[in-house]
Amino acid sequence: MAPAAPPTSALSLRNVVALSGRFPLLAGVDLEVAVGETVLVEGPNGAGKTSLLRVAAGLVPVASGRLAVLGLDPERYRTTVRRRVGLLAHASHLYDDLTVRENIRFAVRAAGADTGRIDGACERLGLVGRLLRTPAAKLSAGQRRRVALAVLVARAPELWLLDEPHAGLDAAARRLLNELIAEANAAGATVVVASHEPELVADLATRSITVVGGRVTAERSTGDGRPAGDTAVRSTGDGDGDGGPDTVALRAAPVPRPDGGIAHVA
Amino acid sequence: MWRDTVLVAGKDLRIEIRSRVALSQVVPFGVVALALFAFALGPDRAPMAKAAPGLFWVAVLFTTVLAVQRSVSVESSDGARDGLRLSGLDPAGQFLGKLLSVAAQLLALEAVLAVGVVLLFGTRIEAWWLIVASCLLGTLGLAAAGVLYGALSAGLRVKETILPFLLLPVVTPVLLAGTRIWQAALAGGTPSYGSPWFHLLIAFDAVYLALGVVVYGPIQESA
Repeated sequence: MAPAAPPTSALSLRNVVALSGRFPLLAGVDLEVAVGETVLVEGPNGAGKTSLLRVAAGLVPVASGRLAVLGLDPERYRTTVRRRVGLLAHASHLYDDLTVRENIRFAVRAAGADTGRIDGACERLGLVGRLLRTPAAKLSAGQRRRVALAVLVARAPELWLLDEPHAGLDAAARRLLNELIAEANAAGATVVVASHEPELVADLATRSITVVGGRVTAERSTGDGRPAGDTAVRSTGDGDGDGGPDTVALRAAPVPRPDGGIAHVA
Repeated sequence: MWRDTVLVAGKDLRIEIRSRVALSQVVPFGVVALALFAFALGPDRAPMAKAAPGLFWVAVLFTTVLAVQRSVSVESSDGARDGLRLSGLDPAGQFLGKLLSVAAQLLALEAVLAVGVVLLFGTRIEAWWLIVASCLLGTLGLAAAGVLYGALSAGLRVKETILPFLLLPVVTPVLLAGTRIWQAALAGGTPSYGSPWFHLLIAFDAVYLALGVVVYGPIQESA
């Protein structure tokens, strides 16, 4: 039997609704992210950016709608999908009593990835010498972030889900992070970045979406020369349940601009 | 699954060796509980020797709650539980790995408590093999049920207080069977492996092992 063709879509959400108890985290999201894309997710606090990434990572179940990650149903192929997806979340997922090296080694082995990449990843993130033998409990927030990034680099997942990845990093580490994103992307990985600081990843992103109220309210190509947050060119998912992207008149919705102001998408 | 089992067990044991929580808190708690029982029973050795098997297992049950709570709390800091879920580790392997880690700690604790029983209660053990067999089987069941109920309580705000409430009633068969086998061991009796109390322990272990392997994943996802 011929091998299945590789998926062209890294992430596909069709009218996805996700709940926390009875509270809607996502209220009918439609989103397609092609393999190899770098997509920036913008939106105000509580808009659903983190929820979108957690749903994509399979941490939050889909209440209704359809979700495919790397062409697979994450409910059915949970282990396979999770090993191919990396999430850099607000938490670092580190064990305080293990050293930096032990934490990275455990995470990489747990994901079934090649442990031979650990040394290179540590060096790249500046985790060398005594720092490698330091218990995670003694690390600063920025160092914990770097360890979490080293795990991601060593695992080399096909889909990178980055939630406010620049938070807690100094200027040099932020530049390094952008280099890593660009390298991962160049190597064929798909990257979805949620950020309150879109200017930091504007050069890397091929597309930007805006999430408000648990829905994608605007989407645009970042290569079109328009300033971020300027105009909504297309809306997706009007929540009518038809499962496809819809062109609709958007309600006036506040969308943060990179300059700190608020643009009202209409 | 076995690779994941070894990985998780190794990680949890390494954390325990580093943190020394089991050594500095769980074992002393078990010894103190045993000593308090001895004080409560008074200086007369006869009732102490008679009560020793039950008191040993009650002390083991209490310390099981602590060991399981520790196993749960290791995964609750800095989103470690999400990290474990995201890693793609086999849920059955995670369950068995955590079970092995808790069981290893409990067996070490039981060795200390058994010495304490001999010293504090003046008991004389006639059949060591019965003691060892009951501890191995009892510990397996306690660890399996403990890890399972620990996972159930992990997502709750009241996890510290609800775990004993959930766990202690269901491990009563271990307390009963373990106590009866210990009584036989102290009396010099030799119930065979076919003894109904051994059957009860084996059945308890089988049920909770199977249950844990099957439902640990769904519990983790829903917690």
